[in-house]
Amino acid sequence: MTLGGWIIMLISTLSVTSLFIWCIWKVLTTEGEDEKVHGFEIETPDTK
Amino acid sequence: MSPKVPKESWNSRLGIILAVAGSAVGLGNFLRFPGQAAQYGGGAFMIAYFIALLLIGLPICWAEWAIGRKGGQSGLNSSPGILGVVTGQKRYRYLGVIGVVIPVVIYMYYVYIEAWCLGYAVNFARGAMNFETVKDAGDFWGNFIGIGENGSAIGFGMTEVGAFLLIVFALNFYLIYRGLSKGIELFCKYAMPTLIVLAVIILVRVLTLGAPVAEHPENSVKNGLGFMWNPTKVILHERAFNEDTGVENWIPLADGEVVGEKMFAEAEAKAAADPNLKLVEVGMAKQLINPQLWLAAAGQIFFSLSVGFGVIITYSSYLKKKDDVVLSGLAATSTNEFCEVGLGGLTTLPAGYAFLGISGVAGMGTFGLGFNVLPMVFSEMWGGQFFGFAFFFLLFLAAVTSSLSMLQPGIAFLEEALNINRKQSVAFLGFLTAVGAGFIVYFSAGVKALDTVDFWVTNLLMVVLATIQIIIFSWVIGIEKGFEIAHRGAAIRIPNIFKFVMKWLSPLFLIVVFGAWVYNGVLGFQFGGGERVYSSYVKDLFIEPNPVAWFSVGLIALVAGLMLLLTIIGNFKENNKTKEASK
Repeated sequence: MTLGGWIIMLISTLSVTSLFIWCIWKVLTTEGEDEKVHGFEIETPDTK
Repeated sequence: MSPKVPKESWNSRLGIILAVAGSAVGLGNFLRFPGQAAQYGGGAFMIAYFIALLLIGLPICWAEWAIGRKGGQSGLNSSPGILGVVTGQKRYRYLGVIGVVIPVVIYMYYVYIEAWCLGYAVNFARGAMNFETVKDAGDFWGNFIGIGENGSAIGFGMTEVGAFLLIVFALNFYLIYRGLSKGIELFCKYAMPTLIVLAVIILVRVLTLGAPVAEHPENSVKNGLGFMWNPTKVILHERAFNEDTGVENWIPLADGEVVGEKMFAEAEAKAAADPNLKLVEVGMAKQLINPQLWLAAAGQIFFSLSVGFGVIITYSSYLKKKDDVVLSGLAATSTNEFCEVGLGGLTTLPAGYAFLGISGVAGMGTFGLGFNVLPMVFSEMWGGQFFGFAFFFLLFLAAVTSSLSMLQPGIAFLEEALNINRKQSVAFLGFLTAVGAGFIVYFSAGVKALDTVDFWVTNLLMVVLATIQIIIFSWVIGIEKGFEIAHRGAAIRIPNIFKFVMKWLSPLFLIVVFGAWVYNGVLGFQFGGGERVYSSYVKDLFIEPNPVAWFSVGLIALVAGLMLLLTIIGNFKENNKTKEASK
């Protein structure tokens, strides 16, 4: 593993991991989410 | 559908994000990506990969989310219905048919691969997977999937695929029958976190392997990571003399890549002793001017993110008018990228390398790496029975979440085109896909049918659909209006630079990629000049016609013809009640 390999690997993996963590944090903490939640009990077309 | 029936919808934002991410995360993340990255130069590949992510991955993803949600406001959930209503022109419905054909046809062979994963997980769990060599593992795979002879895959023992195929087929349709939130979303909410936990456990095991084969200390995880990620490649070349032209060339040896100090010293000694060999350093810049690298990177982004697939547009059509799509799209994409680069990129190839060295993993392809190399690696590894089970169960979960997403576009399409309910639609699609899967499984010799269908659908139809979608978003709807639609209820904003990217660069990039594929993959021209070399897929159709290849292309054409016919006679009624309710 060369120095260039380490650099590319760390930049690639850390950037996607950071983005993933930030996105999940943002989704879970964004206000107003409750207003957009629809219940599991909503009827589906097969119930007609 | 009766307008009195409430529209199906997602239960939560996290639910749809996990469902879309589940659609994207599949075998490609853990098997295809590492192989492609290593083959095309590691670091150089990653540069092209991230550029493709920014130019086509994210833009098409956001465009699909926005178009889908917009179409859903009119009560339409199928790709033809949505494209017809968002453009205001019915003729776009016919282009939207591609968004139904792709997932339905891919499901027909994907369910077969899903059955392999379940079969391998079960066989690892019961301790039946002990291989001495890769050949042993390859023989097991060949028998399991019936690679030797047509019709030989249909067996129902534990070491045959038949029973597993029936189980996964039934599971998929049970979940899809339960509906959007009670079936797909509920499953993905448990499957995706489980998948990530399993992948992290396997990653820790792989990274702590060190150099597991005492006789070959150079075969270490560290060198395996170097094989995959090093931006500069050192390759042993052989002198080749062309007697006709009198020109002398240096050709890279197939297993000539050198990684690590010991291998480098040996290769250097070899080159010093033989005047027909020399070590050549191939830098990042030289690799980046190879068009094949860019094709591979763009292709990986396509296959991996499930853009141009017809899935995201259907999934997002079940959102409400002001449900966020920008953050959701980014979150689903980042989940896929984390699984692919952060987990897949550090696990499978280094594990194979640590036990087998370069010659064991180079150029093995997705199936070779996944179903020949890794089973042998797990059977050699301490705790291999558990880790083998965990890995293939992980792949199985990834495959189920992906195959569910392939069924929903077909379900929505049949509901709308034939004005039938979900139960009827599930029955219709179940019959259609069972016939198609039966064809693929029967013609198992050399996995010819699977391979042919996969090549034409993923390389041709997906790129065409993605191009249509980005052009509709940026040009037919208009980039300003498109951005306004995307930003309704958005938790974050798309940077303005993406207006330029989505309007100009994404379509251009797609057209160039498509043109390059036709030039090289279909017409057989070589980028560096030289004689035309046709791919085996083109040979199978036009040069040395193969009946199975023709039947496979015929299967795609039949499904496309059926969907087109249903679109012509279909209802696609806009549901005004839903439209009102969503305002």
